[in-house]
Amino acid sequence: MNTLNTTVTSEADVPEEKAIPVQDERPAETVIEEGKTVGTPFADDPKFKLRNVEVFYGEDRAIKNISLDIARNEVIAFIGPSGCGKSTFLRCLNRMNDSIDICRVKGSLQLDEQDIYDSKRDVVELRARVGMVFQKPNPFPKSIYDNVAYGPRIHGLANRKSDLDDIVENSLRKAGLWNEVKDRLDATATGMSGGQQQRLCIARAIAVSPEVVLMDEPCSALDPIATAKVEELIAELSESYTIVIVTHSMQQAARVSHRTAYFHLGHLVEVNETDKVFTSPEHELTESYITGRFG
Amino acid sequence: MPNKKDDVYGDHISHKFNDELMELKTQFLKMGGMVETQVERAVQALVDGDSHLAEEVRANDKKVDKMEVDLDEEATLIIARRQPTARDLRLVISVIKMVADLERVGDEAKKIAKMAIKLVEEGQAPRGYVEIRHIGNHVLTMLHDALDAFARLDSEQALRIMKEDKRVDEEYQAAARTLLTFMMEDTRNISRCMSVMWVLRALERVGDHACNIAENVIFMVKGEDVRHTPMEEAERVVGR
Repeated sequence: MNTLNTTVTSEADVPEEKAIPVQDERPAETVIEEGKTVGTPFADDPKFKLRNVEVFYGEDRAIKNISLDIARNEVIAFIGPSGCGKSTFLRCLNRMNDSIDICRVKGSLQLDEQDIYDSKRDVVELRARVGMVFQKPNPFPKSIYDNVAYGPRIHGLANRKSDLDDIVENSLRKAGLWNEVKDRLDATATGMSGGQQQRLCIARAIAVSPEVVLMDEPCSALDPIATAKVEELIAELSESYTIVIVTHSMQQAARVSHRTAYFHLGHLVEVNETDKVFTSPEHELTESYITGRFG
Repeated sequence: MPNKKDDVYGDHISHKFNDELMELKTQFLKMGGMVETQVERAVQALVDGDSHLAEEVRANDKKVDKMEVDLDEEATLIIARRQPTARDLRLVISVIKMVADLERVGDEAKKIAKMAIKLVEEGQAPRGYVEIRHIGNHVLTMLHDALDAFARLDSEQALRIMKEDKRVDEEYQAAARTLLTFMMEDTRNISRCMSVMWVLRALERVGDHACNIAENVIFMVKGEDVRHTPMEEAERVVGR
């Protein structure tokens, strides 16, 4: 496949022998070796330590022997074509897959060295520590105030009304929404714009003081301005939280994350510093995906 | 026409994107060919004392300048439209930088042509033309090979060009010493020798620009920047 017949036609009259063979120096790694991830999948003192993770939907093996560390206070982006398993893998981190009957998770998944899938594990407590923001903004059909106050109330985080007020205000401030809604906290949340609703969902997620925030395509339903606001928010939140974000926007991954993980057909192909992934990725499949060579 | 299927920049989902990158590459090589010819003809005009040819070279520099502007615009549009990443991004960024090098090579050719006219007008016996011909051939080969290395994405050839640049520098130093001797022999030679010195200097700069292009080719292929690093580092990167 290595000939480039570049016949240069110019006033400069470049001779025909400029048709020269291309020396193809692309990495030959187009094959995926199961359980082998190129780059830097591991970290010292990780928040999540995930080893040999496999997820089955019935007979289907959706996640194939993935090992990965997620560091404290890092923003890690999961990218890959549709159906590559990135959302499935994300949902393992706070056991959102539990609600799917045919779904089985194998391997070792630890949060702060505690087994996430331990049968004695309190899943409600786990999800308070590992919050989640979904693709479509899904505020409760309640007031803005009650949306944010809901979590702290059921988890008993506030003893007095004034404490609860503080939590609501702080969460809305962190989500960059306070100035827009402070005068209408009693208004119903479903009347807000899409971008505001999504930031409200982020405020709701952080109101219970989680340690980790999982985001599953948080901006795919938002316009560019709302997207920019959410991205700005991610940068600020990363100072206090660990953030795992699944995104179909490669530019978004490049902008907000520290590390990027590339998933392909249930395999974790490459994990590297985001700057490296978008300028000179190690694996041929990563390169093909981010440069738009296959979908 | 370039064979799209076989080119490493020609296999995107978007055919339009393929076309844009291929066009950028083709136009860059076209500009490279123009600039090569400019230097070749400028040197020819000088050693043959052909002021007519020298005038042509000076006039043609406008075409080179126009290509620089066009290529920069094309590269800017690709960034705006496609937000290229990885090897595509490295191609676009490298072209933007290498176009500046080519334009400077064009300027050096113009400078040489100007000196050729001046030397014809002064009309004295030639001094240092052997050196001009020799260094001229040397840097022209480097420039040609650098453009070849770009077309074929050949980082090993690019590395050879980087090494070659040292030899050009040495040849330039030696030629400068010879001219200095002429000037000391007879002070009437000074004006003429200085003109020749300027030409040698211009050719030496052409070698530097060829070397810059070679460095960019290594960046395009290997994804690592070898500018301002020791030669051993460039060898390590290319050897990977």
